[in-house]
Amino acid sequence: MIRAVIVMNDKGKPRLVKFYEFQPVEKQQELIRSIYGVLCSRAEKVSNFIRADSILGPDARLVYKTYATLYFVFIFDTSENELAILDLMQVFVEALDKCFSNVCELDIVFNFNKVHSILDEIILGGQVIETSSSEVVKAVEEAYRCSSSNSSFTPVVN
Amino acid sequence: MSGGSSLMDSIFQRSLEDLIKSVRLHLPGGEPTVISKALEEIRREIRSTDLTTKAEALQKLTYLHSLHHADMSWAAFHAVELSSSAFLPHKRAAYLAASISFRPSTDVLLLLTNQLRKDLNSTNHLEGSLALECLSVICTPDLARDLTPDLFTMLGSSKNLVRKKAIATSLRVFSQYSDAVRVCFKRLVENLESGDVQTVSATVGVFCELALKEPRAYMPLAPEFYRILVDSRNNWVLIKVLKVFAKLAALEPRLAKKVVEPICEHMRRSGAKSLVFECIRTILSSLSEYESAVKLAVAKVREFLVDDDQNLRYLGLQALSLVDLKHLWAVLENKEVVIRSLSDADPNIKLEALQLVMAMVSEDNVTEICRVLITYALKADPEFCNEILGFILSACSRNVYEVIIDFDWYVSLLGEISRIPHCKKGEEIENQLTDIGMRVEDVRPELVHVGRNLLIDPALLGNPFIHRILCGAAWVSGEYVQFSTNPLELMEALLQPRTNLLPPSIRAVYIQSAFKVLTFCLNVAFLPNEAAYSSSSCPINEYSASPSFAGHESLTDCEQDEFLNLRVLSQSVKAPSVKNGGDTAVNHVKTSASLPLRNDILTQKSADKMFTLVKTALAPLVGSHEVEIHERVCNILGLLELTQNEMTGCFSREKGNFETEELKAYETIKMMRNAFSEEIGPVAVSARDRVPIPEGLVLEENLHNLETICGDVQFPISSSFFLGRPHSGERDGVSFFNRPIIEVSESSNESTLLTEHRKRHGLYYLPSDKKEVVSCEYPPPNDPKVQDDITDDAEDLVKLTEQSLVRKKKPSQAKPRPVVLKLDEGDEISVAAEKPESKDDMVSGAVRELLFGSDAIPPSTQINSSDKLSSKRSGKVSEVNENVGNVRKSEHRTPSSRKSKHHCHGKERESRSSEKNIELREENGQSNKQKSGHRHGRHKARQRADGIANVVSQTPVIPDFLL
Repeated sequence: MIRAVIVMNDKGKPRLVKFYEFQPVEKQQELIRSIYGVLCSRAEKVSNFIRADSILGPDARLVYKTYATLYFVFIFDTSENELAILDLMQVFVEALDKCFSNVCELDIVFNFNKVHSILDEIILGGQVIETSSSEVVKAVEEAYRCSSSNSSFTPVVN
Repeated sequence: MSGGSSLMDSIFQRSLEDLIKSVRLHLPGGEPTVISKALEEIRREIRSTDLTTKAEALQKLTYLHSLHHADMSWAAFHAVELSSSAFLPHKRAAYLAASISFRPSTDVLLLLTNQLRKDLNSTNHLEGSLALECLSVICTPDLARDLTPDLFTMLGSSKNLVRKKAIATSLRVFSQYSDAVRVCFKRLVENLESGDVQTVSATVGVFCELALKEPRAYMPLAPEFYRILVDSRNNWVLIKVLKVFAKLAALEPRLAKKVVEPICEHMRRSGAKSLVFECIRTILSSLSEYESAVKLAVAKVREFLVDDDQNLRYLGLQALSLVDLKHLWAVLENKEVVIRSLSDADPNIKLEALQLVMAMVSEDNVTEICRVLITYALKADPEFCNEILGFILSACSRNVYEVIIDFDWYVSLLGEISRIPHCKKGEEIENQLTDIGMRVEDVRPELVHVGRNLLIDPALLGNPFIHRILCGAAWVSGEYVQFSTNPLELMEALLQPRTNLLPPSIRAVYIQSAFKVLTFCLNVAFLPNEAAYSSSSCPINEYSASPSFAGHESLTDCEQDEFLNLRVLSQSVKAPSVKNGGDTAVNHVKTSASLPLRNDILTQKSADKMFTLVKTALAPLVGSHEVEIHERVCNILGLLELTQNEMTGCFSREKGNFETEELKAYETIKMMRNAFSEEIGPVAVSARDRVPIPEGLVLEENLHNLETICGDVQFPISSSFFLGRPHSGERDGVSFFNRPIIEVSESSNESTLLTEHRKRHGLYYLPSDKKEVVSCEYPPPNDPKVQDDITDDAEDLVKLTEQSLVRKKKPSQAKPRPVVLKLDEGDEISVAAEKPESKDDMVSGAVRELLFGSDAIPPSTQINSSDKLSSKRSGKVSEVNENVGNVRKSEHRTPSSRKSKHHCHGKERESRSSEKNIELREENGQSNKQKSGHRHGRHKARQRADGIANVVSQTPVIPDFLL
């Protein structure tokens, strides 16, 4: 299963943190810090995998990818395929891109809830449930259309 | 909170966006202030009766919790409260807050049960989705139990969007509440046949997770999976199915046969690298007996290895490391790529390549590979340099230096590694230096030489990472001082002023080594003949005392006068001693060559010099606060005091009337030297366990707490070497409980034959399950066959004896492998046989019950039988130990007799080993049974605890589903 999805910027500031197994906040912070430490030390154009045993325990694998100023990090175990997770990351980024048309870091900063909703359409309880970005966008738009039609005031989410 | 301020809050409330902006705009260092101010606001706003205000506050809090780690456990109830809102964004905010912040111990969790149930059954599928998303994260056993019926309904939902979410959620629900399996399993299986690919994908994903934990339970679903494997064209689904088959095929050979072709087909056909990689992994890890499939997989791996994409190169290397040892050709075939990868820019790739290179190490190429790696290490950054060194050290010492033939080379390699600037492997090198010293007699001269070179270099003392190595070097130099070409120089090195840079524990080792050197010198000075005498009186010392022995031989023909003349002449003695000692073994030449140099220390002048040196260096340390140093310095100075005067007398009297026996110091020195020339062997890790506990002695009582107190106290390693040295007089006494049980290996001659044999029958020498050997009587050293295919053992032995009789062509090594001491069991790496505790035991138990029906075997009988077995087993072990003790006694043999006994020894071994085979096999069976017994035990305990009956612990015969 996928254990966690983390998006952080190149300064180590987390932009999206989702753990699929409960982790205390302090532990989350520590993990993010040590992952950031490893990511920083990596040169450009090297492989996207990191041995994560020391940080996350045995079996844990970590795939990351840099998009502009953001690191996308997926942590998972042996029941996932490394390359497939790389693809999944691409699906996630595509979905973000479609939702925010030409996504940038600020979109993710200011759309905390919606980014979570998008992720929830792709991964649920650590399981991949959708791999087509357009399906994801469709589902998210449906959810948010309903809410805006019901309400005169929709905070945050545009 | 009054209604008025609540209204004010609603009107002037900052939105989440405002909050984010203010956090972003804060002055440097002002973030905590901004956040605490915001939290204050939130605390007020969240109590508002206006749900919109509340929702906004909760969202802000969730944001601060998730990304700024603010505490929000206090707001749990507000999330529950808000979840009941009919307005979807409120509900969404509430569930998001819950899924991000709730922990299993959150007390209001159960208050959410009803709302969740309501939403799961809602006609609005969006509400259902939200509830599932939340449940999949926060699910607890209670929630799972209460919501199982609702989940069951949703698994049959007509909306695919909801159904796939329900499927994914079911995994979490099962893991929390295994009885949910009984309710939902059938429906879950039905979803495998769904027309919607995402539904199938989610279902297979769930089964993949379940099967990874306990594959056997899912065997009956093999036909379903097989159908998917053949029919599906969705890579996600196929990857998961492959993962399932990787587990199932390992359990059921017929299934493996069936799936291998479809998997190969996917591998040939698919353009998706992820799928191809999964196929490769499945074949290499679970289907490695299918040659053609492995060939195809390796060909694909090669494509990965030469790809431009570094991810594929990395995964390719990783796949190669999966290759079973019997397909080592796959690694060797790609040798160049692997070696080239060592200089890849990507540290992952380098590390992976390094692992593979070390997997290729064998007797033939170890020198070459180490040479290559050392060059890489010198160029690499400190971190990778140490990775390389670590790998070299562990690969070379693997299985008691199995791959090392030329120990002289290896020891000098260790010396070389020590001088690599970034080397931080001090402890490991120290251990190996001392370990090799104890195990391999033939290498001791070289070891002392390497040690000397390290010790005399004052620059090394300034590097704390090397201190441990110096410690090892000092120890070997002292312990095997008889091989030193210049003891005086060694003494100077051990006592040089810069040793004050060493930590006390290591300095104590230095001083003790100096003590040994001094004793040795005095011994030679006082009693050249007695040295020889004492050595021949201790059979165990033949080798270690060989220089004196050789000296004795060389001098027997001479008159006493001549001998004394020889002592004063220095270099001229070299030729006669070598000549006379020429009939001793070749490897003694080196040691006897060192003999004449000893005359240097016999002169009055040099003796004085040494005494002064010792005094000046050590006298200041008498006041040391470190007890180890203090005590040892006192010892050495005391000895010096005792002997100095008589020593002077001895030299002044000159030759002729030289009666050492009259001297008081004589006895002392003789005793000291005897004690020091006592050979120290490796000690088995389990040695202490062999001591029978005297009846009535309760070891654990009262001292139980001591463990927690002393748990992390580290004793200086040196003390273990020096404190427990047995006195020579009691050498053969049984009282030494920590006495190593030494198995002297066969002569080098035979071990090279073995090497040859091993090369030829490489297939027998697969990695072994170490546990098998633990209780075996005493495995023939250097002979891993015992650890391997036991059934072929007898046949193997026949071949071996044939070879040793026929003596075919000599193996290519110029030097025979020296004898390496091996312990009977201490050298076995204790592989933690601990099976990871499977959380899903009960899930799979329930699944089995559903799929196989319940023909459970009551676990209690299993436990009883395993108890019996274990008691029988322990009895046998102690018996074995006694045997070992007996054998040990018969091991003290002179070198010549050892050689002559080869043949009969070999035969002996044959019969012995075949006996052992049977025993081993028995024991094997027992341990297996025992293991399963344990597992049942666990099952039982759990059953009792949870009150769930009928967990099927015995696997029924698997029906042939596919054939």
